[in-house]
Amino acid sequence: MSLPHIPVLRLGRSYESLDKVNIANCRNGEIIAQVSTVNAGILRKDLQKVAGARASLKKFTVAQLLEITSKAADLFLTATLPLGDKGHTQSPDDFVKTLSSTSGLPHVMVRRNMTRIHAAMSNMKTVLNGLTRGMDLSILDRGFGQTGGTAVSFYPNTQALGLVMPSNSPAVNSLWLPSIALKTPVILKPGREEPWTPYRLMQAFIAAGCPAEAFGFYPTDHEGAGEILRSCGRALIFGDKATTAQYANNPSINVHGPGYSKVLIGEDEIERWPEFIDLIAESISANGGRSCLCASAVVVPKYGAEIADALAKKIGPYAPTAPDDETAVLSGFANAKMADYIDGAIDADLKMPGATEATAKYRNGPRKTVVDGGIYLRPTIVQCESFAHPLANREFLFAYASVVECPQSEMLGKIGYSLVTTAITKDEAWISQLLECRHIDRLNVGPISTMKISWDQPHEGNMFEFLYKRRSFERA
Amino acid sequence: MSLKYPANPAAAQAELDAHAVEMVKWHFSPETGTPFWLDWAKKNFDPRTEVKCFADIITKFPHFQDEWLRDLQPEVWVPAAFKGQPFNIFETGGTTGMPKQRIGWNDYKVDYSEFAEKISDEHFPRDHYWLMMGPTGPRRLRLAIEHLANVRGCACYFIDLDPRFVKKVISNKQFDVARAYMDHVVDQAVMLLKNRKISGLFTTPKLLEALAEKVNIHEAGIRGVFCGGTTMTPQYVRFIVEEVLEGKIGFYPTYGNTLMGLAASVPIKPEDNFSITYYSPQPRAVLRVVKPNQTDTLVNHDEWGRVELTTLTKEFFMPRFLERDEALRRSARAPYQWDGVGDVRPFGAMEKNIVEGVY
Repeated sequence: MSLPHIPVLRLGRSYESLDKVNIANCRNGEIIAQVSTVNAGILRKDLQKVAGARASLKKFTVAQLLEITSKAADLFLTATLPLGDKGHTQSPDDFVKTLSSTSGLPHVMVRRNMTRIHAAMSNMKTVLNGLTRGMDLSILDRGFGQTGGTAVSFYPNTQALGLVMPSNSPAVNSLWLPSIALKTPVILKPGREEPWTPYRLMQAFIAAGCPAEAFGFYPTDHEGAGEILRSCGRALIFGDKATTAQYANNPSINVHGPGYSKVLIGEDEIERWPEFIDLIAESISANGGRSCLCASAVVVPKYGAEIADALAKKIGPYAPTAPDDETAVLSGFANAKMADYIDGAIDADLKMPGATEATAKYRNGPRKTVVDGGIYLRPTIVQCESFAHPLANREFLFAYASVVECPQSEMLGKIGYSLVTTAITKDEAWISQLLECRHIDRLNVGPISTMKISWDQPHEGNMFEFLYKRRSFERA
Repeated sequence: MSLKYPANPAAAQAELDAHAVEMVKWHFSPETGTPFWLDWAKKNFDPRTEVKCFADIITKFPHFQDEWLRDLQPEVWVPAAFKGQPFNIFETGGTTGMPKQRIGWNDYKVDYSEFAEKISDEHFPRDHYWLMMGPTGPRRLRLAIEHLANVRGCACYFIDLDPRFVKKVISNKQFDVARAYMDHVVDQAVMLLKNRKISGLFTTPKLLEALAEKVNIHEAGIRGVFCGGTTMTPQYVRFIVEEVLEGKIGFYPTYGNTLMGLAASVPIKPEDNFSITYYSPQPRAVLRVVKPNQTDTLVNHDEWGRVELTTLTKEFFMPRFLERDEALRRSARAPYQWDGVGDVRPFGAMEKNIVEGVY
């Protein structure tokens, strides 16, 4: 049978381009699918018709769309769904194997990501309840209503949500899922190595009864990505610091760059540090260390060397396994150059005084390892004497963290931006300071993994407030 | 004027061989020749005795160096037969440093008069109005387009675009400036289309795309578009034909520059899958697709290679100039009885990003 071909989805219309890219198994180079790609001009053309896409969703109530989302969740997790336009289909197992082969994620992590996405969709009502602070969602159907005894009216900020997706972790797709229930079509550029998850999600939504017009799936180039960000009234971009920095001050664009998530231990709890090692290790290494939620720095008032050594002893020996090994803890790299770059960057910075790699002695081999054609970076813990060292506040696409000693009184002034901070303390005065800290997006107080998220609280911005704006409203 | 093409490849080759000999004789004879080439012959060999056919030019001449067109004063390129006749100075390149300059008298009129017979009255009605939106300034194109319009009984409006400025701001990552400049150019075209009757349009693909986003160009009266100056992948051609022109407007891609003239494309057939092939105005100019590392050897048909241009007119002799383009070598297709160049793109396009700006 021919290779699967993933077409462009042009707001309900499948389009096979003359320009295609091959998607290869990152372990053996075998071409496993072709993906059509289009230029920015096609996006501009389609964006002129996006009002029709929104109209197709407006026909439904929010309640109906929540029902569809819930059904789509089950289909995503369990159903055999169409894969492309050449008659291929994809079972959940196929999805796991395929995504693993192009992303480097082991099967067990792909399944974990699937479960996470499924949970986000199944709990969409709870998610929206959290995002709207308990508002009666039928207000969005009517455009106005009463909530908490107050008149409210909302209007959409945009006709479509633009998305420039990464390739690193399938679960990031859960961020755009509320958009459908909020009656907002999506215009999505998939990551180069990860068309699978967004395409399967769209197929699940369509099979669940969502109009196909609500979905734009546009593998495109840099100019096309820019067009999505420029022309959709609201957009999300994922990328490294350099990519996201240029959009940092644009209120129409929600930037998802490195998380710089951290674990802080207060002076009041530091003597108990051995009790927290498992929790910190899990925060660093879950999902292969690829998530922005993963801790990339551990900040402690003392015992830096001891904590670095204990973490290194725990995760340093983690080694690559076969992709289908249920105990796999490391993820491979789809892009060999990326692995080379990271490995080289760490080694170069380690030559600067003030940092010591704690994992080297437990690893029994080099950081970069090739196993069965897969390229892996093994976990790396670096003890830094201060935040001044370039490795102290870095994030890499694998299980990497620094351990930095810093007086508690100086921590909040030095940690910088942090998507998630877990602060292990009972010191109410410090907790009060943590609650007021503007650098921290999500705050966990106490021994809670940085990977824990709550469905009823916003994660990386409030999607409802991003897509809708409140107005004053009176009706005679 | 009605165009006559050689009946078969052998006839085309015979015509080319005879023309090559004649042009070499012209440029290397003291009574008609060009100072640059007469001087070159003194230092090398006398081509009049050595060149018996076009292939001799390929085997006996080195590649023409573009520095010669940058560093030397224009008068060294004036053939004795043209001495005393004022000439046009046309430029190409020049985003950074000195541009290449070619002088000329009537070549552009010959090229474009010939091209005038290759476009249909349906798409470019005679005795009407045209618009050129693109690089004018020191380029041959400005006069050439106006001549082309005039030959067909039309007058032409012009909107200038400075590609050197665009390339510079894009290289500097000043994308907002580039976009604002493009808007400035396109807005002028919109204004003209709204206030004047215009049926024919010459522009670059990017500008065409931008124009079509601001105005329905078919409803505005445009019936034919010819484009040139940039890479057009088959998918991009398909996009232009299907989505920008919506299948309602004639589309004539062209490939050319100041040094060659104009290579027209053959009409796209379904089996071409939107791949464009251009044919040089032989025998005045010859395009070959050669192996990049062995430029005396042609690549096989339907293989990629570097484009090599030889220009053979009484005004300009330029043997074996290596263009900054690569292309697929294509077989002859009627009415042309010689090889064509397909899917032209910047040389090394697959290996590096090329700034093409709004070309």
